Amino acid sequence: MSRLRAQGLTLAYEQRVVAERLGVEIPDGSFTVIVGPNACGKSTLLRALARLLRPREGTVYLDGGPITELPAKEVARRLGLLPQQPVTPDGITVADLVARGRYPYQGLLRQWSKEDERAVTAAMDAVGVGGLADRIVDELSGGQRQRVWLALVLAQQTPILLLDEPTTFLDIAHQIEVLDLCSRLHEEGRTLVAVLHDLNHACRYATHLVAMRGGEIVAQGRPSDIVTADLVERVFGLPCQIITCPEAGTPLVVPVDRRRALTVESL
Amino acid sequence: MRAGALSVRWEPRTAAVCAALAAVALAAAVFVLGTGDFPIPAGEVVRALAGQGDQATEFIVTELRLPRALTGLLAGLALGLSGAIFQSMSRNPLGSPDLIGFTTGAASGALLQILVLGGGTAAIATGSALGAVLTALAVYLLAYRGGGVHGQRLVLVGVGAAAMLEALNSYLITRAELREAYEAAFWLTGSLNARSWEHAVPLAVAMAVLVPAALAFGGHLRMGELGDDAAQALGVPVQRSRTALVVVGVGLVAAATTAVGPVPFVALAAPQLARRLTRRTGPHLVAAGLMGAALLVVGDLISLRLPVALPVGVVTGVLGGLYLVWLLAGAGRRGRP
Ligand SMILES: Nc1ncnc2c1ncn2[C@@H]1O[C@H](COP(=O)(O)OP(=O)(O)OP(=O)(O)O)[C@@H](O)[C@H]1O
Ligand SMILES: [Mg+2]
Repeated sequence: MSRLRAQGLTLAYEQRVVAERLGVEIPDGSFTVIVGPNACGKSTLLRALARLLRPREGTVYLDGGPITELPAKEVARRLGLLPQQPVTPDGITVADLVARGRYPYQGLLRQWSKEDERAVTAAMDAVGVGGLADRIVDELSGGQRQRVWLALVLAQQTPILLLDEPTTFLDIAHQIEVLDLCSRLHEEGRTLVAVLHDLNHACRYATHLVAMRGGEIVAQGRPSDIVTADLVERVFGLPCQIITCPEAGTPLVVPVDRRRALTVESL
Repeated sequence: MRAGALSVRWEPRTAAVCAALAAVALAAAVFVLGTGDFPIPAGEVVRALAGQGDQATEFIVTELRLPRALTGLLAGLALGLSGAIFQSMSRNPLGSPDLIGFTTGAASGALLQILVLGGGTAAIATGSALGAVLTALAVYLLAYRGGGVHGQRLVLVGVGAAAMLEALNSYLITRAELREAYEAAFWLTGSLNARSWEHAVPLAVAMAVLVPAALAFGGHLRMGELGDDAAQALGVPVQRSRTALVVVGVGLVAAATTAVGPVPFVALAAPQLARRLTRRTGPHLVAAGLMGAALLVVGDLISLRLPVALPVGVVTGVLGGLYLVWLLAGAGRRGRP
């Protein structure tokens, strides 16, 4: 049984029901990647898994018990979440922002410690923002800011990480860098769940791929087992060819050039 | 260099600023105690406070003037704290209780008592406390959308509410008898004149409850600035702490306004000034509260020492105006207010 799983979830925002009777299991030690079109409920699912959104029905289980029965800080020591659109406080410095990732470890009797400091430094170095420690976060580029937020979640030192689009805003080199970092964290034994939009990245890095559409899970499994032209067409409505990536041996999605098809038809 | 960068928890600068602000507030209070028709040198004041002065001095200091100084210190503390709470929660320096109608609402409650119902000191106090609470409730309900209160909305709704209540207050005064109108107008500027233990004791009791409560939620306030999702993911009970903070914040405004009237600008300026002195990001409740106390008592001292008698509200109003100008002039340089 996985540490993190959900059963019979009905997820809704006031009137709008996003998903019904959704079940999902995050394999332990996996690098799970969730893909799907905009507004299909990926972020909503992630928020429910991190108990940010209370399911209308169903239960999220963490380590065998309902997640709602654990104290909030205890959950935050086991499971970290990078929101899709985090809010950066005005005028905050990089080091101060990353340090807030240590909140779950602090309490009345346990204030800032050497260990907190080590965790923050290590997290900043891991994503390569150590040199920016004194800079104001608002004054960084979008990609730098994204990495600073990633550092905050890393400083939380949780065995399970949920990352909602950790590579948006990043240039191609930094996307690969962040994904390599995720891969390394995964190899060190953490369980990762990431929402990604780039199918080719998803196929290369995921050990477990979850494809969603309209609040439902359409397919899940190893990318090389499940990614077919038919699946991509069903999930995204995009005709494509699947070839094998010459570099990684994983599926590579090549969209059909519809412009050419259109011209041929109209002739 | 790292040590400096990571000084988020152990902050000698913040500690030093807090100590300095406390010292300024207390020193100003000592001078306030020495000021009046019967001037007393600071040394004598301290001796009288320690119970070692002569009887007459001791009577003047502890019976006649101490309530005023104490009320000033506590009300300033309350205004600074509530300003920090609401500015942080609305993510907007303009989201302070004196601009979003809470103080105006307290004034409306007090005016209704003075002018319409004709109550005494206790009734006026109840009226102003009720006014603050009801206004806060109305503003929050009106600004509530989709499971939360957005800062910008809160400020806009609050400014609207303040304008309406302001109009109500003016209307009430125009309808009043001359003597009552004078009393009301005086109350409206905010004043520490003629404060007795009757004012100071209820305020002290309220603060004994509200200050620990505010400090207990200080950490949540800081974390809340990361946005609901991130804060909650880090283990902050966002909904619960927001409700608690609103209750405590409104309580602080109500307590302060009840004791000294709607003194302007202290709640607005204190958190911002404290933040600039400590050079911290995020609210620091202790620094903001001490800054509020220092501002109000220094304002009171100035009002007492001026050749013309001015209520403290006028002094803080002028100081606040200067502060706003400074803020706006500096905003271009720094990129944000
Ligand atoms: N706070 C909210 N209030 C109301 N509806 C919401 C809220 N957040 C999301 N929704 C709705 O829920 C549905 C799913 O949204 P969600 O954010 O989970 O999509 P997503 O798969 O993450 O999309 P994207 O790829 O664009 O990030 C959408 O229809 C969206 O409009
Ligand atoms: Mg999303």
